[in-house]
Amino acid sequence: MGKTLFDKIWDAHVVTAVEDGPTQLYIDRHYCHEVTSPQAFDGLRNRGLKVFRPEKTTLSPDHNIPTLNQDQPIADPVSKFQVDTLTRNAQEFDLTLYGLGHEKNGIIHVIGPENGLTQPGMTIVCGDSHTSTHGAFGAIAFGIGTSEVEMVLASQCILQPRPKTMRINFEGKLQKDVTAKDLALYMISQLTTGGATGYFVEYAGEAIRNLSMEERMTVCNLSIEMGARGGMIAPDQTTFDYVAGREFAPKAAAWDKALAYWKTLKSDADAKFDREITFNAADIQPMITYGTNPGMGMAINGTIPTVKSVDAASRISYENSLKYMGFSAGEKIEGKAIDYVFLGSCTNGRIEDFRQFAAAVKGKKKANDIIVWLVPGSWAVEKQIKAEGIDKILIEAGFELRQPGCSACLAMNEDKVPAGKYAVSTSNRNFEGRQGPGARTLLASPLVAAAAAVTGKITDPRSL
Amino acid sequence: MEKFQTLTSTFVPLPIENVDTDQIIPARFLKATTREGFGDNLFADWRYDKAGNKISTFVLNNPTYSGAVLVAGKNFGSGSSREHAAWAVAGYGFKVVVSSFFADIFKGNALNNGVLPVVVSEGFLANLFAEVTADASTTVTVDLQAQTITDNKSGKTESFQINSYKRNCLLNGFDDIDYLLSNKDKIEAWEAKA
Ligand code: SF4
Repeated sequence: MGKTLFDKIWDAHVVTAVEDGPTQLYIDRHYCHEVTSPQAFDGLRNRGLKVFRPEKTTLSPDHNIPTLNQDQPIADPVSKFQVDTLTRNAQEFDLTLYGLGHEKNGIIHVIGPENGLTQPGMTIVCGDSHTSTHGAFGAIAFGIGTSEVEMVLASQCILQPRPKTMRINFEGKLQKDVTAKDLALYMISQLTTGGATGYFVEYAGEAIRNLSMEERMTVCNLSIEMGARGGMIAPDQTTFDYVAGREFAPKAAAWDKALAYWKTLKSDADAKFDREITFNAADIQPMITYGTNPGMGMAINGTIPTVKSVDAASRISYENSLKYMGFSAGEKIEGKAIDYVFLGSCTNGRIEDFRQFAAAVKGKKKANDIIVWLVPGSWAVEKQIKAEGIDKILIEAGFELRQPGCSACLAMNEDKVPAGKYAVSTSNRNFEGRQGPGARTLLASPLVAAAAAVTGKITDPRSL
Repeated sequence: MEKFQTLTSTFVPLPIENVDTDQIIPARFLKATTREGFGDNLFADWRYDKAGNKISTFVLNNPTYSGAVLVAGKNFGSGSSREHAAWAVAGYGFKVVVSSFFADIFKGNALNNGVLPVVVSEGFLANLFAEVTADASTTVTVDLQAQTITDNKSGKTESFQINSYKRNCLLNGFDDIDYLLSNKDKIEAWEAKA
């Protein structure tokens, strides 16, 4: 029987298998940020251990950092201490750190691919669930907990039970103004937030093949929101073209050798998946979420499902969720006024997202009375925004750029949406309080965010 | 890590589905650099109002319910990979979380911190909720060696899954790093052929 893409990469990284237990898997690349790593470094110190393979770990502070005045010391002492702890740990354990002020600093899932650290065929982990982003390159990439961060630092390995495999096919083509974000929100709304729990997903089909690398990252990034361990896409010419020439990509003869191997990384025609699902890409509309988990999404011009249409056991949770959001079952939300717009995060904070947003707002004006946070995913994205003159279009339309970081995606810094306010956000989670206590998040694509930013309302981007 | 064998305890019911990690430990508490103290902020936004006063209607503030077992609705622990969620659950004093479904990462994190996630059927779960509402002194017994959970009110027992590696770790109080480091020669052999 043939092997899946997942099987090929997994099997190539097995160090040993524990009898009736997890597999000891070798990790090629480890990313680390300030929030989930301090206790792991403490653990090493307590055991008197060094980092086993320091060249395979890269650090960047991103969660806790302000998006204004990054050249000044972080005002919040607790955040400052956490970021400083990352710096101290990098020094003590001799690790590469792209700290605040470094031209390579940014959200760890944005800078890994940008610098060619993320490559096809790799196993990649980080103490962050959206590590699934890197699966876009045809890698096994997944989030781990802090105990596991300590394992990787100590041994460059982790213990993992082998997940089941699922393939999700998107046949046909996406309609105009329907983005990778819409594709992902649609999929999660169909499968629910627990629908892929226990599985590692491979995305396939014409609509996936047609996506750019950045769009593929958006899709893989959101895998975790339907419970999947991770998501991946077989590498192809789009992937190779993206990786070629980046700083840490293989060069010359090493490139040729890597490329020959990467070309073998696809599921065999007779490979069996534990589960297979097919969607028609043409069915997908611009999406928006109306509830408090990413599975509560609908077409932007649709109506919120009635209570009756919800599974009886889930009705109380469903009603509480709508109450938190200030919405009623059965209503339309298109045209409702919003208060905040957030463009950014490891889901939609890359250059193509800014290009799309800028193209949509070009020649228009920011709506009065709304606050718009435009937060590039990294300093490299910020530089590119300026190089392409996108900043000028944004300024002319009344917007300003902030400095890179996770920002309002999880609101650990000052970028918090006040209680009761509505935010159209390009990030990945609309949980209660995610963007600040009491904040109401509507997840959507950069185009829907742009339409909201110039109209002040939930607006179908196709009507602009 | 502490050894886990058998536990009989009253339990705290949380009949809410899809309790995500942002609810278990809100992001603003993730700034700590040690593992201690997270138990105080377990379910912080449900437990305390803005002024920091206890919200009396939330179950952790209700003295009727106590015990080392948390019984929660379906799909407990979805959302982020933050281990802080497991530290908060462990730090509060829970040794077992019972639900009909757990998010993967939470399950792994819980096991790594000596908290045993026990998956039961929907029916078993619904029974526990009904019984504890009628009588808060209802207890469950979790036997890790036998991999069973017993509802001591109805006398019903169910078995639960746990891989034998993790089970041995918990029974003996071992941890994964000890195991991984014992395989150093195998790691180097893998590197040599890669
Ligand atoms: S942008 Fe959001 S989801 Fe991505 S790493 Fe930062 S906090 Fe996590």
